Amino acid sequence: MSRTWETPGGVHPPENKSQSMTQSIGHLPIPGTLVIPLHQHIGSPSKIDVTIGQTVLKGQTLTTATHSNNLPVHASTSGTVIAIDDQPVAHPSGLNAPCVTIASDGRDQWIEHVGVTDFRGCGPLDLLQIITDAGIAGMGGAGFPSAIKLSPSKDKAIDTLIINATECEPYITADDAAIREKAQDLIQGIEVVCHILNDPKRVVIGIEDNKPQAIKALRSYIQESPIEIVPFPTKYPSGGEKQLIYILTGREVPSGGLPIDLGMVCLNIGTLIAIKRAVIDGEPLISRITTVTGEACGVNRNYEVLIGTPISHLLTHNEFDENNCSRLIMGGPMMGFSLTSTDVPVVKTTNCILAPGHSEIPADTPAQACIRCGLCAEACPVSLLPQQLFWYAQSKDQERLEAHNLFDCIECGACSYVCPSNIPLVQHYRSSKGEIRKANIDKIDADNARQRFEFRKLRLEQADEQRQAKREARRLVTEQARATSNTSQPGSSAADIIAAAQQRAMIKQASPEQQKAKFERALLAAQSRLQEAEKRLIEATANGSKQQQIICSASVESARQKVDQTQYRLRELTD
Amino acid sequence: MIDSIAQQPMLAALIALVSLGIVFGALLGFAAEKFRVQGDPIVEQIDNLLPQTQCGQCGFPGCRPYAQSIADGDAINKCPPGGQNTINAIANLLDVPAPALDEEHGEEEEIKTIAYIREDECIGCTKCIQACPVDAILGAAKLMHTVIVSECTGCDLCIEPCPVDCIDMLPVVQGIVQWHWPTPPTTIDLIATSKMSSQEDAA
Amino acid sequence: MAFKQISSPHGHNPQSTSWIMQLVLLSTLPGFLALSYQFGWGTFINLIIAVVTSLIAEAAILALRNRPIAFYLKDYSAAVTAVLLALALPPLAPWWVVVVGSLFAIVVAKQLYGGIGYNPFNPAMVGYVVLLISFPIEMTTWVTPISLLSEGVNHPGLWKSLSIVFAGNTPIDGVTGATPLDVFKHSSGLVVDQIYQRETLFNQASFAGVGWEWVNVGFLIGGIILLKTRIFTWHAPLAMLGTLALMSILFWDGGSSASRGSPVMHLFNGASMMGAFFILTDPVSSAVSNRGRLIYGSLIGLLVYVIRAWGNYPDAVAFAVLLGNFAAPFIDNYTLPRTYGHTDRRKATDKGEDE
Ligand code: SF4
Ligand code: SF4
Ligand code: SF4
Ligand code: SF4
Repeated sequence: MSRTWETPGGVHPPENKSQSMTQSIGHLPIPGTLVIPLHQHIGSPSKIDVTIGQTVLKGQTLTTATHSNNLPVHASTSGTVIAIDDQPVAHPSGLNAPCVTIASDGRDQWIEHVGVTDFRGCGPLDLLQIITDAGIAGMGGAGFPSAIKLSPSKDKAIDTLIINATECEPYITADDAAIREKAQDLIQGIEVVCHILNDPKRVVIGIEDNKPQAIKALRSYIQESPIEIVPFPTKYPSGGEKQLIYILTGREVPSGGLPIDLGMVCLNIGTLIAIKRAVIDGEPLISRITTVTGEACGVNRNYEVLIGTPISHLLTHNEFDENNCSRLIMGGPMMGFSLTSTDVPVVKTTNCILAPGHSEIPADTPAQACIRCGLCAEACPVSLLPQQLFWYAQSKDQERLEAHNLFDCIECGACSYVCPSNIPLVQHYRSSKGEIRKANIDKIDADNARQRFEFRKLRLEQADEQRQAKREARRLVTEQARATSNTSQPGSSAADIIAAAQQRAMIKQASPEQQKAKFERALLAAQSRLQEAEKRLIEATANGSKQQQIICSASVESARQKVDQTQYRLRELTD
Repeated sequence: MIDSIAQQPMLAALIALVSLGIVFGALLGFAAEKFRVQGDPIVEQIDNLLPQTQCGQCGFPGCRPYAQSIADGDAINKCPPGGQNTINAIANLLDVPAPALDEEHGEEEEIKTIAYIREDECIGCTKCIQACPVDAILGAAKLMHTVIVSECTGCDLCIEPCPVDCIDMLPVVQGIVQWHWPTPPTTIDLIATSKMSSQEDAA
Repeated sequence: MAFKQISSPHGHNPQSTSWIMQLVLLSTLPGFLALSYQFGWGTFINLIIAVVTSLIAEAAILALRNRPIAFYLKDYSAAVTAVLLALALPPLAPWWVVVVGSLFAIVVAKQLYGGIGYNPFNPAMVGYVVLLISFPIEMTTWVTPISLLSEGVNHPGLWKSLSIVFAGNTPIDGVTGATPLDVFKHSSGLVVDQIYQRETLFNQASFAGVGWEWVNVGFLIGGIILLKTRIFTWHAPLAMLGTLALMSILFWDGGSSASRGSPVMHLFNGASMMGAFFILTDPVSSAVSNRGRLIYGSLIGLLVYVIRAWGNYPDAVAFAVLLGNFAAPFIDNYTLPRTYGHTDRRKATDKGEDE
């Protein structure tokens, strides 16, 4: 038995997992239309390959990756593309995003595909390419492209593979069901990943002890192999990546860092099964196991669902009672987000559709004042002081929020769950985080505007000066000319003309001097801006969001171009 | 001497207080000197907090002159683009109470807007280019002009000079990427609205 | 069909602030019963006056502040303040003492600071201290415990008590007297054994001080109930009682005339238990982290002992708690828990990363 560590805090909400485990994983009829969001993962969007009216086969790519951090998406069934436009997607905002809509032809006809017969004969890079091409992103939480996680990094070798079978959220049983019924695929997936990682020293499956059957199923498959199965006491949120790493290894991922900083990589069950299918069967990620549960559904069960299936399709096949549904949740009750419409399609990260009844999850009662009871601090798995964060969030004190490590909050909801005053703490944190991110972006914009404003001022001044100088020169020349004509002494005229010419030359020469000075100033400004941007980029990579990083790297790029340009001009001038 | 002081409790108390005052005063003075933070000049810091829209609504030709003026003692509530957030930040920096925005200079806009030129109507007069404080408009004489969206600060200054009124200020699109959770409504608001709606129901 | 947009987590554990407050009220019951048994109807009358005054005052202020009255009254916090104050006041105190105390607690110590959650000091203790300073005579006239009443003398009945409280009638002789802590305070120069022999308050006691020991046991039981239901953590109460015990052991001195009393006497007299479990644990005005609460509790324990032993007042819980409240923000500043993934503990006064 391996040792486990206990995380601080945590809560024990009612599990409600048994309802959906009474039946095995089911299949649904193919829906008439599938809506496939083009952007289902963290990273930049990719390029659309299909056109409206085009027929596609099951597994055909709809987009291609244009950058190493984005992934293609695939048609989940065969049919015709009928629309490429913005549709409601699985996002708490309820806003629309670009999607490809496919009218299925019901034949469910696969595109030609072959798997790798002997994955051990392939190099890791080839396998990673297969995983990328199959569109595999983390299927538990944020949807981070798996191939990037598994890519060898220059400075840190991965020696521990952690498999997250925790599933600590109430209601969700997708991973539990997958382990029970697809343990063999799972083990093969693990083998593939181990091969990619060049056989890590330790392979651990972390699983909560409320899944005895899954543990048994795993044990029966891996008697011979060195994979460790480590059950630990059930507590929410043990399944958070950082929490799980601590539970299994006693080590903490540094703030703002990634598991790779500790030489670890953490994958979940769905992802491993998808990797197996991609590598060994050659099938891209076009379906996943999703739990459909809650009192408003007559049937509670796990399904193998095609990506892009509208939620309404799932609900109608499960005797959904709209009138008894207090809210519609994608994900679990602790971290899942509410959906505003049933048109939203299932995506790669959809592990659960929860439609609770009115008595099951009643509407929130209005928040009372914080009585500083500290229950939230006791529940926080990251040892934050939620009541202080709440206080500062209310007063919009962004400095203090950051000083109290707001950005280490994993938004697990444990604090809101226990708060006796019913304060929507997590929403306060989310909104504060959003505002801080926005403020940072605004700051970048403001700096940029200042730079441009100052540059313009400089330019105008210079233009003015030049105009003045020119005017001055013209005046001199005319005066001289007048003087010459006045004196009108032909003998001396030659000397005068030369003097005038000299003067003109001098004035002309002054302007390259000025120009050079101007470029030098511009170069200095551009260089300082570049430095600034680089600093910001470093900060952003250290602790910012992906989006921030992208913005920062873009501004670094443009600053660099500016420096190059000015340098080039300067060189031209001096040559 | 000491005896006489000891016999005069008032005097003793006075001396004690005064000497304590001197000692602590000296200590504080020393500490202030020793641990002084060498920061940016105050104008720099204020300018950093201003939104850099450069719109001139404050009555100054740009943000920096206004920052200078604040440093010289001007009111801090004259910048509408920055709104209450900026006022609060400056108040925090200068350690003064934060007043509300001075409506004389304009109102705070909820949503940021930026300029769009209806390009087919543009006659290429270059007037807007001259007005734009951040060089966010591209174009040449007699040719169509356009706004560089990422550089436009939404200052409105280009609207006025356009002889054919082909510039619109449009709200910045709020997509999924920009979206974030709003702050939850306060309980008092909640109760007030639910009361109001129930009254309406009753009516 | 449109559904509501609601932030996670969805669902909530059933414990609410009102429920916590109700539980606190319920767990004062053993202490209240002990007080009533030992000292007669006075505490009951205090309780009624205090609760009525507090609720009216709270409602009035909420109305003035334009806040939803019913919503805030439902959190029971005003009732808790009133009950705690009433239990701390001497039984049979004149009605206006109770009214002034409750008003001060609710209006000044609570609502003027912004209402529940914003008060830096424990309102009940503020009320108590104000009364103690303003009306020392009324506040130190305690009723004699039942077992020490002489033959034929009884605690006044309900009507008699009401007339004492409201009409200012004086109770019959022998019904009021000193508390054990008073006695101890005013018998310096005696060896502890002598005090114990001479004073009926001690020589008839089971273990700490007649009457008072049972009141303290009552509050201890209430406290244990609250601990068991996890309404608060053990840190602050245990730290306080532990420090109090430690101090009294250190200065026990074998019971010489310099001794300030045994640990048992300190733990089970005055407001020790009530303070530890019902006052210190007031979440609003105490330290927030568990480590902070340990320090906070010990500080108060220390202050209680120091004031009892060397100060002017026989009991000191109220003063000590207020001083502790003063220190709480400071303690918080230095006891932030270490966040996951950080190697250093931070102080709350630290600003953002780059400064
Ligand atoms: S649990 Fe709620 S009431 Fe208690 S301290 Fe935290 S935020 Fe305040
Ligand atoms: S949501 Fe954040 S603050 Fe609340 S318990 Fe989870 S990690 Fe802690
Ligand atoms: S009003 Fe604000 S944004 Fe506009 S110029 Fe003045 S300081 Fe700058
Ligand atoms: S384009 Fe117009 S609105 Fe935008 S910054 Fe320039 S002048 Fe201001």
